[in-house]
Amino acid sequence: MSSNKKYWKSVEELNENSSIVDALRSNEFVEEIPTDSFLGNADKLNATGTSRRDFLKFVGFSTAAATLAACEGPVHKSIPYVVQPESVIPGVADYYATTVFDGYDFANVLVKTRDGRPIKIENNKTAGATFSANARVHASILGLYDNYRIKQPTIKGKTADFDKVSNAISKALADAKSAGKQVVLLTPTIASPTTFKLIAEFIAANPTAKHVMYDAVSSSAALDAYQQAFGTRGLVDYDLSKADVVVGIGADFLGDWQGGGYDKGYASKRVPKNGKMSKHFQFEANMTLSGASADKRVPMSNYQQIQALLTVYGVVTGTGVSGNVDAKYKDAVSKAAQQLKAAGSKGVLLCGIDDKNAQLLALAINAALTSEAYTTAGTRLVRQGSNAAIAQVLQEMNAGNVGVLITSHVNPVYSLPKSYGFEAAMKKVPTSVFIGLRSDETAVASSIVIGSNHYLESWGDYSLLKGSYALAQPTIRPLFSANKQFEDVLLALTGRKNLSYYDYLKANFPVVSGGLSWGKVLHDGVSGTYAIGQSTGVAVGDAVTALSAAKSEGPYELNLYSKVGMGDGQHANNPWLQEFPDPITRVSWDNYVTVSKADADKLGLVNVNVANGGLNGSYVNLTVGSAKLEKVPVIIQPGQAPGTIGLSFGYGKKEGLKEEMQIGSNAFVLYQNFKSSLPVSISKADGEHEFACVQLHKTLMGRGDIVKETTLEIFRTEDASKWNVAPMVSLDHSPVKAVEVDLWDSFDRSTGHHFNLSIDLNACTGCGACVIACHAENNVPVVGKSEVRRSRDMHWLRIDRYYSSETTFEGDNEKKENFDGLTGDKGSLGGFLELESASENPQVAFQPVMCQHCNHAPCETVCPVAATSHSRQGQNHMAYNRCVGTRYCANNCPYKVRRFNWFLYNNNDEFDFHMNDDLGKMVLNPDVNVRSRGVMEKCSMCIQMTQATILEAKRSGREVRADEFETACSAACSSGAMKFGDVNNKDSEVASFLKDERMYHLLEHVGTKPNVMYHVKVRNV
Amino acid sequence: MKLPGISPLISKTSLFTLLLLVVAQFATQAQAPAAAAPAAAPAAAAPAAAAAPAGAGDPVAGKALFNANCAACHKLDAKMTGPALRGVAERLDKEFLYKWIKNSSEVIKSGDAYALKIFNEYNKSVMTAFPQLTNADIDNILAYTSQPIEAPAATVAGAVPGGPVAEDGSTNAIILGALILVLAILIFMLVKVNSVLTQIAKNNGTLPEPKAAGTPIWKAYAKNQFLVLVTAIFLLLSSAYFVYGYLMQIGVDQDYAPIQPIHYSHKIHAGDNGIDCKYCHSSARVSKHAGIPSLNVCMNCHKNIAEFVGDKDSTYTEYSKEFYTAEIQKLYDAVGWDKTNQKYTGKTKPVKWVRIHNLPDFAYFNHSQHVTVAGIECQKCHGPVETYEIQKQFAPLTMGWCINCHRETEVKMEGNAYYDKVHKELSKKYGVTKLTAAQMGGLECGKCHY
Repeated sequence: MSSNKKYWKSVEELNENSSIVDALRSNEFVEEIPTDSFLGNADKLNATGTSRRDFLKFVGFSTAAATLAACEGPVHKSIPYVVQPESVIPGVADYYATTVFDGYDFANVLVKTRDGRPIKIENNKTAGATFSANARVHASILGLYDNYRIKQPTIKGKTADFDKVSNAISKALADAKSAGKQVVLLTPTIASPTTFKLIAEFIAANPTAKHVMYDAVSSSAALDAYQQAFGTRGLVDYDLSKADVVVGIGADFLGDWQGGGYDKGYASKRVPKNGKMSKHFQFEANMTLSGASADKRVPMSNYQQIQALLTVYGVVTGTGVSGNVDAKYKDAVSKAAQQLKAAGSKGVLLCGIDDKNAQLLALAINAALTSEAYTTAGTRLVRQGSNAAIAQVLQEMNAGNVGVLITSHVNPVYSLPKSYGFEAAMKKVPTSVFIGLRSDETAVASSIVIGSNHYLESWGDYSLLKGSYALAQPTIRPLFSANKQFEDVLLALTGRKNLSYYDYLKANFPVVSGGLSWGKVLHDGVSGTYAIGQSTGVAVGDAVTALSAAKSEGPYELNLYSKVGMGDGQHANNPWLQEFPDPITRVSWDNYVTVSKADADKLGLVNVNVANGGLNGSYVNLTVGSAKLEKVPVIIQPGQAPGTIGLSFGYGKKEGLKEEMQIGSNAFVLYQNFKSSLPVSISKADGEHEFACVQLHKTLMGRGDIVKETTLEIFRTEDASKWNVAPMVSLDHSPVKAVEVDLWDSFDRSTGHHFNLSIDLNACTGCGACVIACHAENNVPVVGKSEVRRSRDMHWLRIDRYYSSETTFEGDNEKKENFDGLTGDKGSLGGFLELESASENPQVAFQPVMCQHCNHAPCETVCPVAATSHSRQGQNHMAYNRCVGTRYCANNCPYKVRRFNWFLYNNNDEFDFHMNDDLGKMVLNPDVNVRSRGVMEKCSMCIQMTQATILEAKRSGREVRADEFETACSAACSSGAMKFGDVNNKDSEVASFLKDERMYHLLEHVGTKPNVMYHVKVRNV
Repeated sequence: MKLPGISPLISKTSLFTLLLLVVAQFATQAQAPAAAAPAAAPAAAAPAAAAAPAGAGDPVAGKALFNANCAACHKLDAKMTGPALRGVAERLDKEFLYKWIKNSSEVIKSGDAYALKIFNEYNKSVMTAFPQLTNADIDNILAYTSQPIEAPAATVAGAVPGGPVAEDGSTNAIILGALILVLAILIFMLVKVNSVLTQIAKNNGTLPEPKAAGTPIWKAYAKNQFLVLVTAIFLLLSSAYFVYGYLMQIGVDQDYAPIQPIHYSHKIHAGDNGIDCKYCHSSARVSKHAGIPSLNVCMNCHKNIAEFVGDKDSTYTEYSKEFYTAEIQKLYDAVGWDKTNQKYTGKTKPVKWVRIHNLPDFAYFNHSQHVTVAGIECQKCHGPVETYEIQKQFAPLTMGWCINCHRETEVKMEGNAYYDKVHKELSKKYGVTKLTAAQMGGLECGKCHY
């Protein structure tokens, strides 16, 4: 029998008279849902004639219309030339030799142009082309297509044509002349003989004019020292290929020290040949590229560096001078000094201390050694700025003595400390003329603004080294016809409006080039000769006494430096460089204060990894004298000298760049008296900064088969099987070499080409030129800070940086091997935790990693649609149009080199970088696909380049030459760490590398049989 | 892939409409030429008066000499590098002409007023000296240049074909009309026979009884579930077949022949005049793009060819001479060539051609690989271009089409040192003497997709 029990949901129901119960019986809710309040304006809604049915009709119609419209294929137009230039064949790349010098970076380069637009910078390998392109020079091509460039001259913010502008300037010059006021021409260092001539003519026409060169990041101390010693305002162009012992004191010569560009010579001595390699000591405060490559790195403050320099000076010259070196450094310093002295002419000392006396001592030490790296070297003219001259200009401006200020390609409003008050001083100048690329801080403060041509649109000549001569030529017609290069402006101002700088340059060529052929120099880009040698007589005067008087100031010491990616900040609007992860910290899209672990603990500063994998860090406020910099994020940097902090230039720009790029803190604010080393006080600020750091695991945790390394001693004396251990696996319960076990049948690769890429960890300095070259060659998208933070960076080629947690990597391995049990002294539980954090002064190793093009590729076997497949030539192919985006391949890749397009990165306002505007897109390589959303991509081993090389050979009916094959990264590598080639060609370099006993493959025990090989890092300790 | 089976269906259903259209066509065609003929007639009369008695020369030999020596710079009726030459013998003294043709710069030096005038008028370009021509030769040439214009004959001849065409049309119409009449008579007769037979049957009383109404066939069909199922499956399968066929031809633009801004006939250039493809598409030899020739390449010839003078081949009847000449004028407008003054004006207007062969961005194709290295004829992929009045896409340009060719085509290795070693090794491996592109690795994804 069924029961008649009454079930009730609430006590309210028991009350029969309740209105709520009544209401609930007929309605779901007691009260009417207030739909009107969230539907917005109810009246308006009622008033419109669009009913729900109409809405559905609209939806239906538009869907149908869109579907129908989609059936029609797009019509493509092809517009040929009316008159085709003889040298241009559509689809065939042309190369032009030119010279880059923007006041900071310089290089002899080849510019690859396709269909009339420059798309890539390559190194010029002609004899005499001394300077290779660094990461910034490689990226500078994107600066040409920068939508933020000035496109039209303006007078007080109103656009005007150039004639009007030049008339206005001429009038201002005439006014200044009659009023007896000064005309100041403020430029970066100009190493151009013809521009100097033109400036001299300008000064002759305007007798009150003077020319001042201003380097944003000053090398004035070294220049003053060199000038005092030799009379020329220049720098020694050390030839490190002649040095067996290199002692660096505060000099990041693999970075930007005195212009940088020392990788090639340095690396040539770092690869052990016949059991020999150079020995490198580095004494420095910040962890730099040079310190990372050093055999013995001693972190010490600037003050201690001065003492070390004095000590080395005493030992080398035998004058008995001795610095007050701290006890803990004494050993290392005296060992370095003695080895340097013993090396004699094969030794060299490089000094980066920002002090004229210290620089004098450095010259004297090298002179005393009769160092070949010094005596046979040329003289660099790439830095000539003077701190004193800038101070003088400021004084004159403030006194109202300057009638016209012409700034060209400098941004003093940004790059001088605020306390200098340059902007205020500019207000006292009646006419300020700005010539430059972007509407930066100085342009905003100037009354007349002229857009300059990019160096790829300009003519020019350079004498980067004393006695050398190089030409710069345009590779494209000026994109903005209203713009003028600096020299053309000067020609107009000296009454030669109709003369082009090209004609002027060509007319002046016989005078400055010393009988060279114009055609040949234009073709080669450079002439091979330069003046050699510095004299060995260097009078130090009272430098020693002056230096000895140096005091250690506290509480902390700030060491300002320029970052590999950003330099002096000229390229702040370059998305490639913003996204380029710093080789040391692996942080992109930021600058930060680097502090040592000890100091961080003391100040309560932290770096933490949050749940999404991002890195967060504390903020600090910095005070130098009266200058303050607030809320600067902190990175705890292993190897930072305790008591010092580091901060890089080039960030914190606010004018003339996209919002995304207006990031970081402006270190120039603290750059008092152009001293890179300053006493600073630090206080912790509130909040946490979100970094975009691409590498969270700092150490290898004893996994010796990723970065293999050994010491020169062991390398020389022991068998390769001892220091380059082949990984073993178990087969039928007996150990066999991992490379001999196979699950798959192998392809027959004996016929045709078989490409291999060789990477020598000894030669790699981590400079990152390859990363940017890869970006440019392969149309790799920029994804922005927040995406990088989510580990969605798209770099096909990354340079992993590993610290050791013991003093050496070998120590890490030993420690791991000796784990015993879970807990206790040798317990793995605590032991692994310890291995995770880098030691105070860790060893550093750089390892470029890209797709390893495994012969037995794990990615290929898991692709459900066979989008990634193997070729006989050793390349692992990726057919983007076939990929459906399952990402199985990325998950199955042991090297984590595959990159997924989470979004559409081109033509998308969410990713407003160069691929989102028509101008920026001109840099794209037409031979490589631009990938779309939802597909996987990765390094292709530049298959477009290898195929082009093969085709070239086929067309000419010849075999491919031994080392003809190149990839973008190997071509960009100036240190020779990356070599690419065909191992089936027995004459090729890589074929011999394959047999080298230092050769190993990454994660060999996995059995992937990669086509990228590495070479064991050997340290000369 | 072509649409399977749809076209016959369509054609069947629309057969009748087509038939009607054809009839209409003949009727209109018959009218057109008749209207065109009178318009051309007045032009014929005028030049006939210019006919002058030829000198002692032979105009036929003169024509040959003219084409060999003079035609590069002179035309009979239009200015080119030099002046128009028709009737020059009547304008000028013969002795002067002898001297001028044999060595014009001598005449200019001598200070002859007329010679100087001509020299200055034509941009001071010196006429090539022809000392090898005898006076007799020159007479022959002058005889040729003094011939009257043939134009009227051509116009008359043009009118003639109109006649037969008109007759032809009416004959067809008559035949058709007769056929329809016959058909109508037949139908009429059949109806008649039928009614007569029925009448006879009725009279004989042998007319069959009308059947009792059974189940209608459609009802019986609907009741038979098996049949319904079979039909449903059949319909589904056949519609799937058509849908698949439809989907597979999306994005395949075979036979795409867009209207171009200038009517450029490959038939005239590559066919009739036998110009090599790579004369204009020169970058096909060295570049990934075959390239659309820049306009200065056109002007290499068209500086001298200002009007269409093609053979009066019936194939050109679709377009008139005036039409072609107007198209050449479009080229002149684009390149900025002033035909009358034989000068570039500097005012250019680049031609926006409609691109016919569009490979998707993800497929890399290099012309030089196929043209120079493999030595493949352009026609293999682009079809018999030399017969195309309007250029179209010949090949489907699908991946299957590419792959198929790579499977079948033997790589041309002889005389190319690049292949020597590879050929030796591969032919040993596969045991063959000829290698296909596929065996060389031409099917690997990355060879075309990167």
